[in-house]
Amino acid sequence: MLQIDGWKRVLILLTCVVGLFLALPNAFYPRVEAHNDAVADLEVGMSGNGLEELAAGWPSWMPSSLVNLGLDLRGGAHLLAEVQVSDVYKARMTATWPEVRDLLREERATIGTIRLQPGPDDELRVKISKPDAIQEAASIVRGLARPVVSLTGAGATDIQVSTEGDTIIVRLSEAERLATDQRTVQQALEIVRRRIDEVGTREPTIQRQGTDRILIQVPGIGSASELKDIIGTTAQLTFHPVVGRVGSADAPAGVGNQNLPSLDEEGVFYTVENAPVVTGEELVDAQPTFDQNGRPAVNFRFNPTGARKFGDYTAENIGSPFAIVLDGEVVSAPTIQSHIPGGSGIITGRFSVEETTNLAVLLRAGALPAELTFLEERTIGPELGQDSIEAGRIACIVAFVGVLVFMFLSYGTFGLFANIALIINVGMIFGLLSVIGATLTLPGIAGIVLTIGMAVDANVLVFERIREELKTSKGPARAIDLGYEKALSAILDANITTFITAVILFAVGSGPVRGFAITLGLGIMTSVFTAIFVTRLMVIIWFERRRPKTIEV
Amino acid sequence: MRLRLVPQNTKWDFFSRPLLWLGISTALMIAALVSFSIQGLNLGIDFTGGTTIRTESAQPVVVAEYREALTPLQLGDVSIVEVDDLSFTDDQNVTIIKFQAQAGEEAVSADLIRQVQAQLQTVVPDITFVAVESVGPEVSGELITKAVLAVTLAIAAVLIYIWLRFEWQFALGAVAALVHDVVLTIGVFSELQIKFDLAIIAALLTIVGYSLNDTVVVFDRVRENLRKYKKMELKEVLNISINETLSRTVMTSVTTLLALVSLYVLGGDVIRGFVFAMIWGVIVGTYSSVFIASAVLLKLGVKRDWSKPDNTSGNQFSNVDA
Repeated sequence: MLQIDGWKRVLILLTCVVGLFLALPNAFYPRVEAHNDAVADLEVGMSGNGLEELAAGWPSWMPSSLVNLGLDLRGGAHLLAEVQVSDVYKARMTATWPEVRDLLREERATIGTIRLQPGPDDELRVKISKPDAIQEAASIVRGLARPVVSLTGAGATDIQVSTEGDTIIVRLSEAERLATDQRTVQQALEIVRRRIDEVGTREPTIQRQGTDRILIQVPGIGSASELKDIIGTTAQLTFHPVVGRVGSADAPAGVGNQNLPSLDEEGVFYTVENAPVVTGEELVDAQPTFDQNGRPAVNFRFNPTGARKFGDYTAENIGSPFAIVLDGEVVSAPTIQSHIPGGSGIITGRFSVEETTNLAVLLRAGALPAELTFLEERTIGPELGQDSIEAGRIACIVAFVGVLVFMFLSYGTFGLFANIALIINVGMIFGLLSVIGATLTLPGIAGIVLTIGMAVDANVLVFERIREELKTSKGPARAIDLGYEKALSAILDANITTFITAVILFAVGSGPVRGFAITLGLGIMTSVFTAIFVTRLMVIIWFERRRPKTIEV
Repeated sequence: MRLRLVPQNTKWDFFSRPLLWLGISTALMIAALVSFSIQGLNLGIDFTGGTTIRTESAQPVVVAEYREALTPLQLGDVSIVEVDDLSFTDDQNVTIIKFQAQAGEEAVSADLIRQVQAQLQTVVPDITFVAVESVGPEVSGELITKAVLAVTLAIAAVLIYIWLRFEWQFALGAVAALVHDVVLTIGVFSELQIKFDLAIIAALLTIVGYSLNDTVVVFDRVRENLRKYKKMELKEVLNISINETLSRTVMTSVTTLLALVSLYVLGGDVIRGFVFAMIWGVIVGTYSSVFIASAVLLKLGVKRDWSKPDNTSGNQFSNVDA
């Protein structure tokens, strides 16, 4: 009847001890955190600055996982960015134009002259002067199509060519768009990661969300705007042939050309060809430097292919100007003085030293394949986070003490058992949170406080049941036994239903809500465990020792 | 001497005036819906899009000054609320400034936030911006959908679980109680115009969980007593079951409230709305599991011929060995 096998007792005790042991590092949070940082630094080969000392501050045989503090507790910046994937369609179409042009020109005899028509950004419209040969022209252009490189798009080609009267329309195929989106977001993610790493903040979270979004969380920084300057700049560096200089953006530029504003001179626009000669993708290095006049500038070097293109272009176009364009603005438009074979150059403009440093970082990390827009931005100051932790801690302690006292007043010795179980329970929640590397948020603290209140529920159910069974005077041993047995179904049903809501919260929720769901879910598991096993074990051991004739619950 | 919140062996009749309780609840629910449809919820930026800035300054806050500083920016509807809390020190003067997402902007404008901060700094030089949160309209729309989805899913999942474990009448009774709790909570939020944001959705779902927890405990006892007293009238069985579990219901509510109230008072203003929702939910949830869930069950009636052989704890977990 009232007994638990020896091995089960050992197992229950062991579980409790392990849980509490895992929770222990959280009691020495600053010290363990310093230890973990120091160990990580030592691993990557750093030394000195008392790192060894910090690493020794916490014994290495002890568990060192901590509960991560969420941004609302630690302070930091949270950004949700959307990658404008359609930017890439436009760039692809622009890049296709010279190929199409060269190919069709060879067939001038049959299809006549060709002209680029204005159209939507993601289309290339080419008009030919001999409409009769339109099908021939289209099939020539189709020859440019390449198979799509992706798992789902097997068999499809990257461009779709259709005709409309005397116009050939080229656009990206659906499969290619999907594949491109995928690549674009992946690239953007990688570049954002590189940029944040270059700046060197600790433990950033950079995650892909949905199809075209990136979630960026950087703890410990006080302002999101700095972060946005680093992440949000596209840093698309391109070199274009210059057609002319005009006074307004609306001046006719001619098809295949565009007017770009000058970075330095207000009201000055350059008409440049859409298709760039070389792009920033072909850069291998960029460093802040000074030009011959001592102004801050950025020095860059091309890879071999970029260097060859650049060299060929400068050799053929001595005497004509070309534009260095950064994110749609002309940084400078020097005239080519001579053939530049080395593949390196310098960007000058009205930069400050800080701007050149940043620009060099951005160019090194690579340009974003598409623009990022920010859909959500949250910055929590570290002080506010600290205040929240402090308030949460005090509230937890008060709630804890209140419940402990109340339980003891209501159930006496049994209440005391429930209290010990409650302490173990909260310890185990922290232990589990640390092990799975979960993040504790402010609603998460509320979840723990709620668990403190609700954890006693299972015990209350049992104790109330024992009281009832005592009334039918079956003797204390039988009453305790029946109390546990009969309360079990209510405990399980009640907790499973709550657990279901926790799971749904976790699945559908995001951010802080998720943190709440995790603590609630874990709290349910640990509280059921402690009520069914731990309190029971204590009651049984107590009963075996005392063998009371009557008990009061 | 034990602390007893409920006298021993109560024999209160909870169904002597069924119409009274159902009437009160219905009236409250109607009031909640009316308040909701007239005033609407004070939706936070999670759901409307927009920006909130939490400022802190050593100088006393003059809301009019803040407002004046922001007027030139033409932000539309700006709300400036001074916040006070026990945990603040004397030279900690906190406000929360909220403005809408600007028309025609899909994304969050960093420039605008900078302008706002610069304007405020001209009026209050020592002002600091301890938290800035901005949500674009596109995301906020999705957050609403997700929130509604979460609450609906939770209720549906629970309906199915109770239906499987009990009978469909029990499931309906439990869900009636849930809907009651959710409606009343939304009513309170719209009546008192407390900020309704994402965290409140989490609170709503917790209320759903808590209310169920309570209801299921009562139902579990009803099921047991239905087997025990095969000939007794359903109303009597319900009454006995509620009385038997009353002590536990009150105990658990009190411990939970104890914890929540301490969090409400001491936990800081950031989560006060969230905790308020939960406190309210615990009170309403306790009430509804006694008066609504069981009353609905009484109205629907229950199939009495349990096919399983009678056994005292008669459920599928009775052979679980602890």
